[in-house]
Amino acid sequence: MVMSDMESAPAAPARIAGVDEKILAERAREAASTRRDVLFDVSRLTVSYADVPALKGVSLEIYKNFVTAFIGPSGCGKSTFIRCFNRMNDLIPSANVDGTILYHGIDLYGPEVDSVEVRKRIGMVFQKPNPFPKSIYDNVAFGPRVLGWKKDLDARVERALRHAALWDEVKNRLKASAYSLSGGQQQRLCIARCLAVEPDVLLMDEPASALDPISTTAIEDLMHELKREYTIVIVTHNMQQAARVADMTAFFSVEVDEEQDRRTGVLVEYDATPTIFTNPGDKRTEDYVTGRFG
Amino acid sequence: MSVTTESLGSRSHGDRVRGTAFYVLLLVSVTIGFLLLGVLLVDVIRKGIGYVDPTLLNEPNSSDPNKAGAGPAIRGTIYMMILLLVMVVPIGVGTALYLEEYANRERWYNRLLEINIQNLAAVPSIVYGILGLAFLVRGIGLGRVLLAGALILTLLVLPTVIVASREAIRAVPDSIRQGAYALGATQWQVVWRQVLPASIPGIATGSILALARAIGETAPLLLVGALTYVAVNPTLLGSYTALPVQIYQWIARPQEEFRVLAAAGIIVLLVILLTMNAFAIWLRNRYQRRW
Ligand SMILES: Nc1ncnc2c1ncn2[C@@H]1O[C@H](COP(=O)(O)OP(=O)(O)OP(=O)(O)O)[C@@H](O)[C@H]1O
Ligand SMILES: [Mg+2]
Repeated sequence: MVMSDMESAPAAPARIAGVDEKILAERAREAASTRRDVLFDVSRLTVSYADVPALKGVSLEIYKNFVTAFIGPSGCGKSTFIRCFNRMNDLIPSANVDGTILYHGIDLYGPEVDSVEVRKRIGMVFQKPNPFPKSIYDNVAFGPRVLGWKKDLDARVERALRHAALWDEVKNRLKASAYSLSGGQQQRLCIARCLAVEPDVLLMDEPASALDPISTTAIEDLMHELKREYTIVIVTHNMQQAARVADMTAFFSVEVDEEQDRRTGVLVEYDATPTIFTNPGDKRTEDYVTGRFG
Repeated sequence: MSVTTESLGSRSHGDRVRGTAFYVLLLVSVTIGFLLLGVLLVDVIRKGIGYVDPTLLNEPNSSDPNKAGAGPAIRGTIYMMILLLVMVVPIGVGTALYLEEYANRERWYNRLLEINIQNLAAVPSIVYGILGLAFLVRGIGLGRVLLAGALILTLLVLPTVIVASREAIRAVPDSIRQGAYALGATQWQVVWRQVLPASIPGIATGSILALARAIGETAPLLLVGALTYVAVNPTLLGSYTALPVQIYQWIARPQEEFRVLAAAGIIVLLVILLTMNAFAIWLRNRYQRRW
């Protein structure tokens, strides 16, 4: 349990267009006042598809009650990485994970760990809203039902929907099909569905990429709310979004091996969000956040 | 570039002719199919409608065309359909679920199974009849009973039901399975609570259409002993007859009256088939999914 040493973060001017200095300053203040408790300790993680590494040698720590963002160019393995935290990669037959992820000090890929138990505690929201072909109510109730929580289901569903800032919009039509909702509402429904099983961590893979600015703002506000109780990991292509919501940011990039024609994702830099955006330590990060990349 | 009426209407002459010719060709094909079917239907109905009466629906067959009916045959067909449904749906859906959700394609026995099913769907029905005669009627000594007929039809439509069910299961988007897994559901829960309910409309439609095909089958039933004269109601292990077999026997008679009776039988068979198909279409529209 290390106290933050963020007070000394230099308040250099934001170099990325559109990212407000005030926002970054606020991020820095927040980060400075929050304790850093390690929740995930990732070390030398390599993920391969059919023996071809897609992501190599990643080591980082994810802190409790922080919002951590993964940014980087397309194909650098952000989705691959975030799927490691709830063992969704187990569902891809060709995927193979090497290295360790400690969660509360326990190796997630240890022999005695059951991937189903992992997913109960570590929820995931996908890039495209994926409601079940059921009613709004049944969507949210699915998780609790699967876990055998039959008591006070109505109250639990309501709580989850309120938490996801969707309750007022759907309270009069809980029996309607989830497909009758707009895209933004569907995504908040998927978040509510996750919250209903009271996970410890929320993984979000580009949760707002298919949404309009208003729905995006709603989801970003939600993340600010949620991080009091949850630890959030988010993949995003939108750097302003990373600057707005994330306490910590990890920048990934692709290393190209011309000889073998292989592209492998690597972690370039991981630091407090203001540092990544205003004072990055690596040239590649700087090029990317200032828009000079690609 | 400015847009004028001329430039908008400047599709080449040849292009238009080809477009129109193709359209006409399509119309002709549709008309031929429709006319053929229409002529057959009108002919059958004109001939047989007068004979569709309580005698036809209730009485057993007789050598007197005015007293002959298809009662046992109609009931035989209906019982057989129910038996068929009870046997073919669980086995078919189970196999489809195994192949789609559990089987590892890398394993040779799964690939073998898959190839087998595809080929079985193409085997002529008479072959199933011979198989039934050899193994069911004589081999295990079941005899020429309703159960033997139903078992043979089960084998006959099983591949079709498996293929239709697999397609329905495959149409369930992976994102739904992923969403369920991500909430901590086990594979069993994902299959039972998401995949199966979402694919039921497709499975039901496919099964009904396969069943409709089976009840029109005559050849295999002739071989596994559907009789043309059965006076009593069919039982599971008793002798039986079925509507297409009865129709076939009537048509083979020299007297004109029996031919008319056959037309009446065909009308009844058509009504049963159309009802089943209509139900399948209704099911499909009622539960149409929009992922
Ligand atoms: N299921 C899979 N099977 C095989 N290869 C895969 C699979 N999923 C991803 N990959 C490969 O892994 C690499 C990283 O993909 P990934 O989806 O993790 O990238 P990403 O950073 O999320 O990209 P994007 O920003 O476009 O979503 C890519 O080269 C991709 O082709
Ligand atoms: Mg991705």
